[in-house]
Amino acid sequence: MKMVGSEAESTGSARPARCAPGAEDTISPGLITSSDRKKKSTASQLPQRRQLQHWHHVSSQAAHQQQPFDSSLEKPQFPGASAEFVDHLEFIQPNVISGIPVYRVMDRQGNIINASEDPQLSKETVLNFYQKMTLLNTMDRILYESQRQGRISFYMTNYGEEGTHIGSAAALESNDLVFGQYREAGVLMYRGFPLDLFMAQCYANADDLGKGRQMPVHYGSKDLNFVTISSPLATQIPQAVGAAYALKRENMNRAVICYFGEGAASEGDAHAGFNFSATLECPLIFFCRNNGYAISTPTNEQYRGDGIAARGPGYGMLSIRVDGNDVFAVYNATKEARRRAVAENQPFLIEAMTYRIGHHSTSDDSSAYRSVDEVNYWDKQDHPISRLRHYMTARDWWSEDDERSWRKQSRKTVMEAFERAERRLKPNPELLFTDVYEEMTPSLDKQRESMFRHIQQYKEHYPVDLYEK
Amino acid sequence: MAAAARVFIRGAHATLSVPGAGKQSSARSALLKLSPGCSSRLKTQQRHAAHFTFQPEPVTTQYGPTQKMNLFQSITSALDNTLASDPTAVIFGEDVAFGGVFRCTVGLRDKYGKDRVFNTPLCEQGIVGFGIGAAVAGATAIAEIQFADYIFPAFDQIVNEAAKYRYRSGNLFDCGNLTIRAPWGCVGHGSLYHSQSPEAFFAHCPGIKIVIPRGPLEAKGLLLSCIADNNPCLFFEPKILYRAAVEQVPVDSYTIPLSQAEVLQEGSDVTLVAWGTQIHVLKEVANMAQEKLGVSCEVIDLRTILPWDTETICKSVVKTGRLLISHEAPVTGGFAAEISSTVQEECFLNLEAPIARVCGYDTPFPHIFEPFYIPDKWKCFEAIKRMINY
Repeated sequence: MKMVGSEAESTGSARPARCAPGAEDTISPGLITSSDRKKKSTASQLPQRRQLQHWHHVSSQAAHQQQPFDSSLEKPQFPGASAEFVDHLEFIQPNVISGIPVYRVMDRQGNIINASEDPQLSKETVLNFYQKMTLLNTMDRILYESQRQGRISFYMTNYGEEGTHIGSAAALESNDLVFGQYREAGVLMYRGFPLDLFMAQCYANADDLGKGRQMPVHYGSKDLNFVTISSPLATQIPQAVGAAYALKRENMNRAVICYFGEGAASEGDAHAGFNFSATLECPLIFFCRNNGYAISTPTNEQYRGDGIAARGPGYGMLSIRVDGNDVFAVYNATKEARRRAVAENQPFLIEAMTYRIGHHSTSDDSSAYRSVDEVNYWDKQDHPISRLRHYMTARDWWSEDDERSWRKQSRKTVMEAFERAERRLKPNPELLFTDVYEEMTPSLDKQRESMFRHIQQYKEHYPVDLYEK
Repeated sequence: MAAAARVFIRGAHATLSVPGAGKQSSARSALLKLSPGCSSRLKTQQRHAAHFTFQPEPVTTQYGPTQKMNLFQSITSALDNTLASDPTAVIFGEDVAFGGVFRCTVGLRDKYGKDRVFNTPLCEQGIVGFGIGAAVAGATAIAEIQFADYIFPAFDQIVNEAAKYRYRSGNLFDCGNLTIRAPWGCVGHGSLYHSQSPEAFFAHCPGIKIVIPRGPLEAKGLLLSCIADNNPCLFFEPKILYRAAVEQVPVDSYTIPLSQAEVLQEGSDVTLVAWGTQIHVLKEVANMAQEKLGVSCEVIDLRTILPWDTETICKSVVKTGRLLISHEAPVTGGFAAEISSTVQEECFLNLEAPIARVCGYDTPFPHIFEPFYIPDKWKCFEAIKRMINY
């Protein structure tokens, strides 16, 4: 393959040479064809030692290696792009590819369409998928209600998107690093984050790992490799790229996954992240949950192109669109993307099509901008939980009795965690002042003392008894 | 960012050197045939000398053998030491691979490899976001922003993300391994977008540190401290000093503490506070005040803007009773306002005169009007006179 204007020497891992854009592409550059999928990427020859990879010294000549310029050739010589000349004026139509198709494994009734795509997971694994999705759903319903009753300040549900969380989380290794946006609680739940800690964060009580500093649903867990969520959208995207670069240098076979919605994909940070990940050859998966709405803004007001997946090829990135409500499709795509991302040190873009059944948050009433009929369609006729249940019942893995007793049990465990969290005190107000820097500074220390003196003097005006001392 | 050239004629008061002068110069002078009435050296075309004289630090042996280095070389030296001792360290930004537009990273890519010193696409929010993520994942991330004037696309990542990473996660995660470097301050002809001093925007942001050195010796030690510090740091490098400032700088690693102001010369009548290039202006002002007014000035280099050393400044003002703070950035909301406010709280009864701020005007940084804009030694001198006669 001609390597025009790019570095031809291989990296430390045995990775196939990458094409310069425009050279020898297929007609639909964004599609992963079945031949691509079957092509074995060379198994990584990475050494297993914990040292950092020292790549070879590059001479300045090799760095600027390119074909010698030859103006007698009727081929473009531009450093910026190769491809052929064309002598008639024609604008490329967007969507001339007629939209990137949606990969799925099951139909809406949970039947496997193409048996060779069935990941054939064990009954235990599939039951676990189902239980995690339904437990998340139960927790969502109880915490949403608790906000309505004034017990917690705010909540965001995950209704309809449980398949995107569980399918992708299951396809990762436990030490892969997760950067999320805010609607990925199922990933954390799949990894084993206990109900008590979900509740602790929402209640901002003294058990919260985040020390009560953030609004509900801003979860994080160092043990489970889930980077703490922040409210600004898409900021995690370039961060995920940097983390992936660092993990690549560490050479310990870890990947990064970065979740975001189709709305956040409009942010400049998303463009930055996509471009950096491709140019810097980072082992990560961009996972876009396209759920149809960014608060009240529907997708036709968010973008005019063919969704998010169609942007991938523009950055030189392998991309796929999947049925996000099909947990097996999500699982298959993520699993393959992860394998290749690490083996080949390149980013993958997965656009999981789904639907946000719930409101954006407890501060939103979506009946203001969409019809009840639309919501009901997704809730009743194309839901990741019911599709998986049909798959299970078709194999006699799950009965009505199982369903009834599981629902009852999961509700009970959620309620118990909820009641425990309610009773717990809030963290010591001293924690208002720590962790601004690694160390306490003299100025903050003075402010802290000043606050406590003030509280002492005016204590009847402050809710001191709700907090640990 | 300015698609227009970010090309820089190096050096504040270097004479215009034409590349390839020699056999081409006759061709060039043929291009520029002046009419008889036009003198080759118009009064309006004369360059002004720089507004300061760089005053080098005395040679020190406390950190081991030294070598003559200018400011950009001292930066390179710090980065070299870092890449040698810390295998996780990486340096990235626009154009750093070939050595950087100010030559701060010359030789490092060849020495340490293309995976450790590399170009990024032209995107400041990406550079800083990437740096945060690399730091979170355990790498020592050193990001370069080509000019501090272009740091603003990264403002969200710095203020909403980097600064708050540790706090918001309850110390589960942090990006303390991140250092962001950027050329800073006036350069004689930089105009709006190659002269800014944006420290005040960031001073309002708890969780980051901001450090500004006055010369090569300080720069290397402070940069190494920033890199070692477990908090995200902004390190602004006075670009006018990159070539003009030459000192004997230790070859090995050493650190200079952060959040400690330095009293450069003691005095009894007025405290003068600044940072970066302006320190050299104030040193000259102190001499002028002594010679012409018999006024003894105490000169303090703040060095770390955030968190800043209130104790040293206040202790000095308690002694002298008068304070002058000077910076190039516009006066309204500039960092002098913060110092002034704190000092009047802590030292009110000690003050003999209102605190003086000699700063840039509340305008964008102008091109041709730079000599009138900058807080030069005459403006500082005049302010001291007013304070003494208050």
